[in-house]
Amino acid sequence: MRLLPSHSAIEKNAFLLLVLSFFVVTIGGLVQITPLFYLDNTIEEVEGVRPYSPLELAGRNIYVREGCYVCHSQMIRTLRDEQERYGHYSLAAESMYDHPFQWGSKRTGPDLARVGGRYSDAWHVAHFQNPRDLVPESIMPAYPWFERNQIGSERIAAVMRANRAAGVPYTDEMIAAARADFRAQADPDSGDVDGLLERYPGAVARNFDGRPGVSELDAMIAYLQMLGTLVDFSTYTPVPSR
Amino acid sequence: MLDGLKIAAIGVLAVFFAMAANWGDDLAYRVHALLLTAIAATAFLWMIRSVGAPRVATQTGYMDGVIRYGVIATAFWGVVGFLMGVIIAWQLAYPELNLGLPWTSFGRLRPLHTSAVIFAFGGNALIATSFYIVQRTCATRLWGGNAAWFVFWGYNLFIVLAATGYLLGSTQSKEYAEPEWYVDLWLTIVWVVYLAVFLGTIVKRKEPHIYVANWFLLSFIVTVAMLHLVNGVTVPVSIWGSQSVPLWPGVQGAMVQWWYGHNAVGFFLTAGFLGMMYYFVPKQAERPIYSYRLSIIHFWSLIFLYIWAGPHHLHYTALPDWAQILGMVFSIVLWMPSWGGMINGLMTLQGAWDKLRTDPVLRMLVISIGFYGMSTFEGPMMSIRAVNSLSHYTDWTIGHVHSGALGWNGMITFGALYYLVPRLWNRPGLYSIGLVSWHFWLATIGIVLYASSMWVSGITQGLMWREVDAQGFLVNSFADSVAAIHPMYVIRALGGVLYLAGALIMVWNIYKTIVGAGAPARARAVAAE
Repeated sequence: MRLLPSHSAIEKNAFLLLVLSFFVVTIGGLVQITPLFYLDNTIEEVEGVRPYSPLELAGRNIYVREGCYVCHSQMIRTLRDEQERYGHYSLAAESMYDHPFQWGSKRTGPDLARVGGRYSDAWHVAHFQNPRDLVPESIMPAYPWFERNQIGSERIAAVMRANRAAGVPYTDEMIAAARADFRAQADPDSGDVDGLLERYPGAVARNFDGRPGVSELDAMIAYLQMLGTLVDFSTYTPVPSR
Repeated sequence: MLDGLKIAAIGVLAVFFAMAANWGDDLAYRVHALLLTAIAATAFLWMIRSVGAPRVATQTGYMDGVIRYGVIATAFWGVVGFLMGVIIAWQLAYPELNLGLPWTSFGRLRPLHTSAVIFAFGGNALIATSFYIVQRTCATRLWGGNAAWFVFWGYNLFIVLAATGYLLGSTQSKEYAEPEWYVDLWLTIVWVVYLAVFLGTIVKRKEPHIYVANWFLLSFIVTVAMLHLVNGVTVPVSIWGSQSVPLWPGVQGAMVQWWYGHNAVGFFLTAGFLGMMYYFVPKQAERPIYSYRLSIIHFWSLIFLYIWAGPHHLHYTALPDWAQILGMVFSIVLWMPSWGGMINGLMTLQGAWDKLRTDPVLRMLVISIGFYGMSTFEGPMMSIRAVNSLSHYTDWTIGHVHSGALGWNGMITFGALYYLVPRLWNRPGLYSIGLVSWHFWLATIGIVLYASSMWVSGITQGLMWREVDAQGFLVNSFADSVAAIHPMYVIRALGGVLYLAGALIMVWNIYKTIVGAGAPARARAVAAE
């Protein structure tokens, strides 16, 4: 057998072993990852999908901070029962502005990709206070601190700029208006809601937690209520490759 | 002169960390900055005090001090990781145990559990055993002087920063890659030094051939570096805050993440631990490796194929179908090298099978290979799209991961620790072989309870979610499925308790061995050459 003598050259040279094994492990990733940056169905733009508004983004930061992804997916698969339960299957475009993506890998709780508009704000307020008051079988932790913690908008423009550096098309105007939009979405009576809606079509502005001030609960509910609502599936036609 | 520069650099770092502690945007960042200030200031004072002290002459012989620390750290983090697992398992059965506090809620503790087990327990085990193996099989001292100590302390600092960060809400929420940007950067530095120490030791070896265990360990170190760097690219919001925005979005992010995530399994938890198998199983069995030729095929096919398997985590998602199919096909093919490696390990016992009756340490190593074989059969099966449509998102995946982590990684690490402790501390043998047997059975029964309850729970979830009635309507609400699996969650937690109890017995046994309870010291181990 020729394998052994020829292999012994690799076994006697540490750098050869290093370089060859590194070469071998790069191939799979190159083949699977690189095309995703230019294939039509992974970079397609779908009407309605937009960057998160400042308040929604702040809510998303809380979603990320609390590790919600360990129990909730945001990816509806192309299976019949999932579409019955959660709605139209998720499109790549719907998470194109997600840094990080939050598709998740486990459903200890239900999928949240289209939870927006499914429950009332009041339901969410009560549910975060104690999920078992509304769903007796639930094993979700209570999040009473969302309601207590007020959040300011001092850092949201910096977060938006970092998102822009990562490829999210926030305009200068959006970043300049970030603090005003943040406030207006949680307190529509005192802010420029028209400007907010112009910059972020389909955004919902209201006092989500029903209390004065902007709490983490406001941001969180603003984020949850917009999830999966941006694409109008009554007019959407999938590309033929799907 | 060099000392002066070092002292000045550490001093500047201490001041910088103090500034960061003052200006930090968020709690995790400020706590970390305070911790780093304390470490840098202590190092600064210590270095000033030891200026002009006579240098310790360059030491010869094997460098075992750092491995002794590594063994203790492995046992410690193992207990921490298992304990966290038990806590969150009870939280899933009884949600009141989340206590309504941010730092005790499941979403923050679960990454702490996975990181403690994979990176703290597994990582310390890999670093300690790789340092042991590479010295013995190269017949030379570790390269790089105190660099090995830097790797040990640096890696454990990484763990402390990551773990406290999760509790305080600093996370990227990317599975198994949660630490924020500066923690990632620090790990990169530590890992490059680790690679240098390991490669340097191989380069200055006194044996003509590089032993097969070192192939696996070297490829594990290099590949983990590649995965960590590519998956971790991120844009910090500010250098005065912990938050960052990962570069890869949506579908690309998902693909990169699972390319990383599956190969954290493939290289961290498989290739690295196979390096342990290729050293400790032949040593404990006192038999040579079954087939040298098989180990060559095993090595190259395993590292080539594993990298492709990631997309099987993304079946039926928005990832293009061709990528899903590629991931599935390579996952199924991967079954072959995995079992080739299992056969190579098991058949090493040829002529020594009788030792299984008398040597519980060998029994532990062998059952770990058995669990490796089981989970590397289950994995390819679950990667088939039709199976995955049922198993994905359910507890079946959790059970699969744990039969691998508890059965394969845990058991082989326990076996390695039992092998190492008497040798590193120069004792004639373990304090108690009977306690090793206790550990073996508690851990095994624990795994059986864990895996079988998660099979039942996962398949129950999968079937209940997809059940439709004659009219085509869904039969069960999601909450119905949560209620149905409660008993399984209790059984799982009990399995975890047994596994933790076994680990505590191991810690006691190791402790008694180290303090030399009633046993005379054996002759000093022979140094290199």
